[in-house]
Amino acid sequence: MLVEILQTVLSGISIGCIYGLVALGFVLIFKATEVINFAQGEMMVIGAFIAYSLITMLNLDYWLALLITILALGLFGMLLERFVLRSLIGEPVFAIVMLTIGLGYAIRSGVSMVPGWGTDTYGFHTPFTDKNLHYGDLVISWEQVSVILMTLVLIIVLFCFFRYTRMGIAMRATSQNQLAAVYMGISVNRVFSLTWTISAALGGIAGILLAPFTFVHMNMGFIGLKAFPAAVLGGFGSIPGAMVGGVIIGVTESLSGVYLPEGWKDIAAYIILILVLMLRPEGLFGIQEKKKV
Amino acid sequence: MRFVMKRDYNEDIRLFRYRSTFFWYLALVAGCLMAPLVLDEYLLSQLTFVCMYSVATVGLMLLTGYTGQISMGHAAFFAIGAYTSAILTNHGVPFLMALVAAGFLAGLVGIVIGLPALRLSGLYLAIATMAFSFIVEEILARWESVTRGNMGMMVEPPSIGPLVFESETRYYYLSLVILILTIVAARNLLRSPTGRAMVAIRDSEVASQAMGISLAKFKTMAFAISAFFTGVGGSLYAHKLTFINPESFTILLSIELLAMVIVGGLGSIHGAVFGTAFIIFLPQIIIMTKDYMPKYLAEQTGLEPFIYGVMIMLFILFEPLGIYGRWRKTKFYFEMFPLYKKDTFRREKKYFKAERH
Repeated sequence: MLVEILQTVLSGISIGCIYGLVALGFVLIFKATEVINFAQGEMMVIGAFIAYSLITMLNLDYWLALLITILALGLFGMLLERFVLRSLIGEPVFAIVMLTIGLGYAIRSGVSMVPGWGTDTYGFHTPFTDKNLHYGDLVISWEQVSVILMTLVLIIVLFCFFRYTRMGIAMRATSQNQLAAVYMGISVNRVFSLTWTISAALGGIAGILLAPFTFVHMNMGFIGLKAFPAAVLGGFGSIPGAMVGGVIIGVTESLSGVYLPEGWKDIAAYIILILVLMLRPEGLFGIQEKKKV
Repeated sequence: MRFVMKRDYNEDIRLFRYRSTFFWYLALVAGCLMAPLVLDEYLLSQLTFVCMYSVATVGLMLLTGYTGQISMGHAAFFAIGAYTSAILTNHGVPFLMALVAAGFLAGLVGIVIGLPALRLSGLYLAIATMAFSFIVEEILARWESVTRGNMGMMVEPPSIGPLVFESETRYYYLSLVILILTIVAARNLLRSPTGRAMVAIRDSEVASQAMGISLAKFKTMAFAISAFFTGVGGSLYAHKLTFINPESFTILLSIELLAMVIVGGLGSIHGAVFGTAFIIFLPQIIIMTKDYMPKYLAEQTGLEPFIYGVMIMLFILFEPLGIYGRWRKTKFYFEMFPLYKKDTFRREKKYFKAERH
């Protein structure tokens, strides 16, 4: 019984980490530019497909493939910001929401048109495939552990970046007050561009990490929608909040998948979302900012 | 360039700005009535789809285009309308009553959703309505005793008294009449104090509050009215397809409805209809142009959604006022002929923090 609960919680944490990574992508962009990238889930799709091609078709090493995917996605995010989103700075929110929805549509079906990718489901080998840890009755798969560990590493890297580097501090300053940041000599355009780069790369990493669980498929981006509850639960502007929210959503989901009737698993996250919005709209870690006229 | 002289308030809120406009609309209605004589069965059925989706998009337009609230959950209201109507008519309730009931139930749910939505705005509202739509979809799939779950349910063709709307032509007339009623109702709503309060909320919540408009009341009302129309549209949809299952009402439908409204042009009833027609006929246009494409591209199943996504992006980037905006610009160009200024339609950009609170 205890083993079962532990195992469920662990798998919840690992999937929650992925939600958290996607939510982190939302949060970074939201903090810097006040828009939401509804195509964040599709970044995952691209990341997973690129990694699949590199590993399976070109027989590259997993870690090398991971690195190339991160760079490729980062570049993609940067180009996207430069050529599509920059012209929309200052437009109403729904315009950008709709634009990223359209983008998500285009990417999802665009992926299916690339030769060799198509609409099929793929999987690839990682160094963690089929390896398990045994503690008595408890069996933990290395894949789950790897997701949790990689997420931890990423968070530490991001934390250090935002804490100790000039660019990281500039990004935090911009998210607090754009105008003041401009006065202080920060290039807001570069900050935006870097934000999109980082968040697209995070999406790519999430895609690679998710691939062993759901396989590589053009519709795996819909998992990205589950990251909204995670981001909202953590308070939309908070980076640790996104991770904590992701883990809470992941654990709730896997527990309700085991102990509640069928169907609850799919909507548990959204019920939490609506409850949070009704009871505590600023989320767990958010700070309620007063709106100025 | 024509100038309209307005001498009192009633003239300001007239339904038609110029007298000639009335005759043009009359001609349009006459043309729509004649359509079955000219068009073949297939095109007519597409036109029926335009009519019934338009009923829903006019509803969404009232909420998104006129009250400024984004909803990514209108598929849920559409589904509630469809299922209510289907279940009621299968139990022997007359179609017209079921149609109205479908609208009212959707409207009631709209109030329930509208209430928590009062505290939210912009992005949060979009996310909350999206979550709501997922929950409704799951309920429809799991509440098998009523909705028959994923098996879907059959719906009979509607009938009013002895008149059964079986044929394509009859169903077209039915949808057309309901669409016209919807548009007239929406136009009338918009020139009433309620409608102008809604527009005021869209333009500035703070200013409208200062003018004594109760945000709670009018936002909830906008949600309810919008959901009502969308529910009616859903009911028409169910009876047209004669088969419904939860898979027809996913988030993709919500996005499609939103895309129709945005492509058509936010803030105009014309836009709702134009956008719907555009999105419905887009697949046809794509199929027609397939002969001119490279073979590899033409064979892809993903081509249609791809073009669809790119269309949305292009409209947002280059013609944010939508098809109706383009029409107005063209008209303005000819009216003002040598004096046309591009800046007349320039958008105002806002660089301060507006959404965060």
